[in-house]
Amino acid sequence: MKYIDEFRDPELARRLASAIAAEVDPSRDYRLMEFCGGHTHAIFRYGVQHLMPPNLRFIHGPGCPVCVLPMSRIDHAIALAVQHGVILCTYGDLMRVPASERRSLLKTKAEGADIRMVYSTQDVLRIARENPSRQVVFFAIGFETTTPPTAVAIKVARAEGLQNFSVFCNHVLTPSALRTILATAGPDGVQLDGILGPSHVSTLIGSRPYAFVPREYGLPVAIAGFEPLDVMQSALMLVRQLNSGRCEVENQYTRAVTEEGNRKAQALMAEVFKTRERFEWRGLGFLPHSALELADDYADLDAERRFPVTLGESREVKGCECPAILRGVKQPTDCKLFGTVCIPDNPMGSCMVSSEGACAAYWSYGRFRETPASRTAMA
Amino acid sequence: MTTDRRFPVRLDLKNGAVDMSHGSGGRAMAQLIAEVFQKALDNELLAQGNDQALFMPPAGRLVMSTDGHVISPLFFPGGDIGSLAVHGTVNDVAMAGARPLYLAAGFILEEGFPLCELVRIVESMAHAANAAGVPIVTGDTKVVERGKGDGVFITTTGIGVVPDGIMISGDRARPGDAILVSGSMGDHGVTILSKRENLSFGTEIQSDSAALHDLVAAMIDVVPEIHCLRDPTRGGLATTLNELAHQSSVGMQIREQAIPVRPEVAAACELLGLDPLYVANEGKLVAICPAERAEALLASMRAHPKGTASAIIGEVVEDALHFVQMETGFGGSRIVDWLAGEQLPRIC
Repeated sequence: MKYIDEFRDPELARRLASAIAAEVDPSRDYRLMEFCGGHTHAIFRYGVQHLMPPNLRFIHGPGCPVCVLPMSRIDHAIALAVQHGVILCTYGDLMRVPASERRSLLKTKAEGADIRMVYSTQDVLRIARENPSRQVVFFAIGFETTTPPTAVAIKVARAEGLQNFSVFCNHVLTPSALRTILATAGPDGVQLDGILGPSHVSTLIGSRPYAFVPREYGLPVAIAGFEPLDVMQSALMLVRQLNSGRCEVENQYTRAVTEEGNRKAQALMAEVFKTRERFEWRGLGFLPHSALELADDYADLDAERRFPVTLGESREVKGCECPAILRGVKQPTDCKLFGTVCIPDNPMGSCMVSSEGACAAYWSYGRFRETPASRTAMA
Repeated sequence: MTTDRRFPVRLDLKNGAVDMSHGSGGRAMAQLIAEVFQKALDNELLAQGNDQALFMPPAGRLVMSTDGHVISPLFFPGGDIGSLAVHGTVNDVAMAGARPLYLAAGFILEEGFPLCELVRIVESMAHAANAAGVPIVTGDTKVVERGKGDGVFITTTGIGVVPDGIMISGDRARPGDAILVSGSMGDHGVTILSKRENLSFGTEIQSDSAALHDLVAAMIDVVPEIHCLRDPTRGGLATTLNELAHQSSVGMQIREQAIPVRPEVAAACELLGLDPLYVANEGKLVAICPAERAEALLASMRAHPKGTASAIIGEVVEDALHFVQMETGFGGSRIVDWLAGEQLPRIC
């Protein structure tokens, strides 16, 4: 595949691996948090960790949109489908995420609720047009990357006067989550030496929003693309910053990310959404100004206002370490449920669902290096 | 066709539709069988007109297999549910190294299903069965109410005979054996995905749906000591290798760069966040044989029109955990696990 294979070239990978091996200082650790699930996925799928020296370790961040969604929001979505009989549309990754009482959207669908998997917001608009007598709700999730398509759908629905379309909004904001991770880092939390900054998110918001990381927390940032060579090159950039005592935001992903980001998309998001005062993140708790809801001008398209629901208390599975794993404090293998009762076919926690979740990635791609005999190779 | 005096008015095969009476066991059902099924599938055993086909079994060991087909859409580039129902079962029989003999077909039709589409499907089955030389010798038709089926479901059952001296089974892979595939992976699954109503994308990819028994015959002719054969259908190559590893209590080591994947399939998978190793095939097989016979087997496969893109993709290894591991094209290494749930597109 042209334009893809170039970023997966094994020869370049070997050269980058040797450069990193030659430049790391053996007397110290390089604990680099890759923020995004896309990075986590690339690291495992291509075996990138395997190509790194033992004292350079990737720590998986919270940047997997289904992983950070609290159970209460899935419960809420199920209530929309069951209590109001709406057609609930969502992206495939969400279907298997565990809800309270071992429910999920997939199980609720099997019980008769009208829950449909879509590939884009355009599908949701089509379903709404084709079913004028039914209410259609889009269960919107994701970081800044998936937000503009939701905004476009909302604007189209408004322009067309689609009365039966609304959005259950769960879009979240990256910088706020990053700040929370860093604020709790340290001896009691996760210990970090550098950050691989978000890839697709940064194409939207630009590189500037990360300036607080070196300034306030003294950690270097390299904004990294999602291809395996991107990840390796970014790791090398961070090694060089750390070795030379520099601490700044560098941009490895220059082919897509600018300092300012995509202003048109930003303007669209600002028009259609407003920042929530607080929003719950799985593992991180209630974070101020960390998520979006529909702006007042579009409030009539907000499913939360259109369809009031009654919700019980959302209960996490006992023993599930997703919260600590999402903060980078624990590894999937530290969880007692990992690989015993919690496997991708029967996920107990959200990190085992999406291929971008740390647990699913460990289980699917990295498990063999976690056998007792070779445990140290990865740790 | 001469007019059957039982049915003075012929079925309207152009504009008609299946109704409940076509499954009732009465005259309407007899007419549907005569004018649609018997007409297309015509063969001596079916013409016996009984509820069963009577034949002499050949000498040797028999194998039997059954497969239900529930595909959506019913028609797709490279085939349809009819040809798929023939190929699927012929292949399941052939994966024992057997020569398929006969097929049986059970149809579940949904009330309202257009007769013209049913005719197309049955004619396609007849064509596939003729091409494979494996007649459909008995069948059954049921009709379910509108909304209780998805147009048409077809279950086919096949029997075949295994030549003497052939011992092919999923539990026979041994450390050191070579692993081969008969061509590019993922063509069928990507074709079907590309035709789903909510996901149409422009592509020239066709399903690889094909009967593989003649390829198998050519292979066992040259290398009768093949240990395992399996067609990597649902769950793709990754799932098939995991099944075989588990069944044989071995591990497998494969090389990503050796696995044939068409560029357009790779591109579609990239776009949808899918992994071609988990995407279904309907005209490919995985073969495992002693390492010293691998080159001969490969040559016999490549010499056959259905195996021109065959490749050796790895080897069987000892592994108490029965993992399938892959050297990535990137130079790293990773585990290739069972498919979990349905393979779903990633969202960002």
